[in-house]
Amino acid sequence: MSNQLIVENLVKYYPIKDGIIPHTIAEIKAVDGVSFSIEEGTTLGLVGESGCGKSTIGRQIVALEKPTSGSIFFEGEDLTQMTASRLQEKRTNLQMVFQDPYSSLNPRKKVFHILADPMIHHHICTKEEAPSRVDELLDMVGLNRSAKDRFPHEFSGGQRQRIGIARALALNPRLIVLDEPVSALDVSIQAQILNLLKNLKAKLGLTYLFIGHGLGAVRYISDRIAVMYMGKIVELADADTLFTHPLHPYTKALRDAAPVPDPTLRDRKSSALTGEVGSAMDIPSGCRFKNRCVHACAGCSAVNMELIEAEPGHFVACPYALRFAETPKSAKGGAEHV
Amino acid sequence: MLKLKPVNIPSSPADTYNRQILRRFLKHRLAVVSLIFLGLIVLLAILAPVIAPYDPNRITGGFSQAPSYEHWLGTDQSGRDVLSRLLYGTRISLLVGFMATLISTVIGVILGLLSGYFGGWLDMVIMRITDMVMSFPYILLVLVAAAIFEPGLVNIILILGFVDWPGVARLVRGNVLALRETNFVKSAEVAGMPKGYILFSEILPNTVAPILVYATSVFALSILDEAALSYLGMGVTLPTASLGNMLNGAESITILTSKPWLWIPAGSLIILLALSINFIGDALRDAADPTSTK
Amino acid sequence: MFKYIVKRILIALPVLLGITMIDYGIMCLAGNPLEMIAGPRVSMEALENKAILLGLDKPFYIQYLVWLGQLLQGNLGTSMKSYLEVSDMIGSHIGPTLLLMGTSLIVGLAIAVPAGIFSAIHQYKKRDYAVVTLSFVGMSIPGFFLALMLIYLFTVRLGWLPSGGMTTLGTDGGFLDVVLHMIMPVTVLAVSIAGSNIRYVRSAMLEILQSDYLRTAKAKGIGRRRVIFKHALRNALIPIITVIGMQIPTLFGGSIIVEKIFSWPGLGLMTMNAILGRDYPVIMGVCLLSAVVVLAANLITDILYALVDPTISYH
Repeated sequence: MSNQLIVENLVKYYPIKDGIIPHTIAEIKAVDGVSFSIEEGTTLGLVGESGCGKSTIGRQIVALEKPTSGSIFFEGEDLTQMTASRLQEKRTNLQMVFQDPYSSLNPRKKVFHILADPMIHHHICTKEEAPSRVDELLDMVGLNRSAKDRFPHEFSGGQRQRIGIARALALNPRLIVLDEPVSALDVSIQAQILNLLKNLKAKLGLTYLFIGHGLGAVRYISDRIAVMYMGKIVELADADTLFTHPLHPYTKALRDAAPVPDPTLRDRKSSALTGEVGSAMDIPSGCRFKNRCVHACAGCSAVNMELIEAEPGHFVACPYALRFAETPKSAKGGAEHV
Repeated sequence: MLKLKPVNIPSSPADTYNRQILRRFLKHRLAVVSLIFLGLIVLLAILAPVIAPYDPNRITGGFSQAPSYEHWLGTDQSGRDVLSRLLYGTRISLLVGFMATLISTVIGVILGLLSGYFGGWLDMVIMRITDMVMSFPYILLVLVAAAIFEPGLVNIILILGFVDWPGVARLVRGNVLALRETNFVKSAEVAGMPKGYILFSEILPNTVAPILVYATSVFALSILDEAALSYLGMGVTLPTASLGNMLNGAESITILTSKPWLWIPAGSLIILLALSINFIGDALRDAADPTSTK
Repeated sequence: MFKYIVKRILIALPVLLGITMIDYGIMCLAGNPLEMIAGPRVSMEALENKAILLGLDKPFYIQYLVWLGQLLQGNLGTSMKSYLEVSDMIGSHIGPTLLLMGTSLIVGLAIAVPAGIFSAIHQYKKRDYAVVTLSFVGMSIPGFFLALMLIYLFTVRLGWLPSGGMTTLGTDGGFLDVVLHMIMPVTVLAVSIAGSNIRYVRSAMLEILQSDYLRTAKAKGIGRRRVIFKHALRNALIPIITVIGMQIPTLFGGSIIVEKIFSWPGLGLMTMNAILGRDYPVIMGVCLLSAVVVLAANLITDILYALVDPTISYH
């Protein structure tokens, strides 16, 4: 299968302005040279702590923000170089599901209009066909057809997120950016929404970029996972490999931070994170993780954080990773429960 | 605020946003009374040609006659029927207030939307112009405009309308700035919807309630300003009656002391109109924003 | 902090320039501003020379710059009625107006602040509704009508107070005489200030009373009185500063009508007479002055606000 989305060297800096005549005095390096690709019909999970730049990447892919530099190729075309009119045409293929299901639906619009207006505007259906097409969408996301005559505030969080998913599906997209779609929901609802997303992907042949900070949900839905830290990808591998056999110390720490429901494993060696995420304004030289890394050494200041293919299909941004890598077996027990 | 005793109105699960506002509004007794009063006055004003006993501009009795069976509220200094003039004057005052509010609200909403949504230099320019207009004391600007342009019904509407927009513009701009960042606007952008759709279909409906609340206070102010201007002889000009110019003669001590029918009806009607509109506006503010403490 | 002040002033400068443009524009609608500055006594034969001298043959923006240059030298023109320099007229009338406005502001706030706090403390009780309803009444009475009713009551019926002027004619005034003359105009202005600000003070106070830190103070068992007066009031003063700033244009406008009705010999009366007599140089001088005063008041409010409120960011 081919790569549907290729992100190359994506950079997003936010300038901080100050002074009597405002000028840039510093930059927040939200995304600092990120490259990855997603094969058609697969899901890439993007994880990291809040503020690591993962949501910024998602917003740039759906063209809500313009990258400082870098390219985003969607089906061979660079979104960052498109004319405005071409982009308006093309962007229906790339849709987004937002984190907060409460603020992502217009409170003054009935569900019917939320779903139908974009379809009619893009000539996906005519005004006459809209009602049946809306019914179809509601069926797809598991909502009662009567929902279309109601306002968003009449629904629960999980139901609203289903409406948000239906809205993303309305334009027949090929890729959907899921920006922490379940993190604002009750745990019992999370699984339902994740299963819905999985089924829809299989049924419609969709490609997902799943952004999350909970490793459990990301692992459940993703084929491959990229771990981000301070604007950089530190590790990228198959979902299972990443859990059973993580190479980067940060990935290990993230995995070990997840609660484990098995009491017999409670005494496993913890590599939980200490210290704080550094400021994105004041990034340490060399490896950005070195201040919190349990394996930090003198050489870390010279590390440029380029992804290295340590094993086939398994990339890591730490040249020392293999030296202290866990063997797949020793970690397996813990990971299965995550 | 001003809910005296809560009236229990059951809420159904299918309660819409507008119905919620209505339900909360109805809890304000004083505002409901005001609304009924205002509705009645508007009706009387509209029906003035039908119910007025006399032609408001014709001399139908002696000068400054006290109320009698023929003239319920007496006659004015020129011998015209005060009740008829009051009905027609209310008509003119409400018309001036409403049209001025409409003009200033439309100007303010358009400038506020442009300023808030597009930002950048356009926002800068519009906001600086707003600052400039706001720097001139409102009444002074109105008086000066009234001095330059001939006083009269149309001019007074235009003057009041073109002077009072900055407040609305600032209000709308603030709302747009907040709404522009919401996820439902972002998702309309992701869906490739045109800017016009986003502005008028996504953003504007969500800022209607505060605009309406603000407009009621502008409406009350416009009625008061029309009264003051007409009283000073710079607003609606005679012989057309307005609530303000009916008070023209009230400066004279003989009228104040011995001819109360020449100033009490028009004066109290101005106060009651402004008061009821302010009560309605306050209840609307409270109804549209349940967290508001104002 | 210093940077913030400089920045605020730099933003105010283009607004100031814009104000002079609006002022000039209004004058152009009314007549030729340069002629107004030169004085109305223009003889027919000198007109042409004068036109060249004044630069009336020059393009519009040059005329504006000439006028602006005159303005910067303090030349506001000459009255078309009294032939006095406008700047001199303003100078001789500003005293009584400042006295009237200052007293009204103090009285108005002395009513609004305690009433607003009282209302907030007793939120949703009968007392609260009474205060708020009264504030609406204060907002809804036209100033000129209140003035008429006061004159009717205190001058005509009771004969207690003089109905106009600043001092009794034929006497040299004296403190008490001025105070008696001030009571009614100050009442009218103070009622409108209090009416429009009680609810503002009330909501500012409510916001603070409902804040978490006050709840903490209450939970610690600090007495109610102490919570309100020591913790809440101090923080409520911050928004009240803004109120004072916002009152300046309203006061300026209100004093025009009030001074006219009570024949108070201040700027307002002078302005009103100029407006009625279409004396444009005087009108424009006052417009410009009041706009500059309002602009300065806003600037000072912003800076004071920033000084008092440590949470404001100066960027």
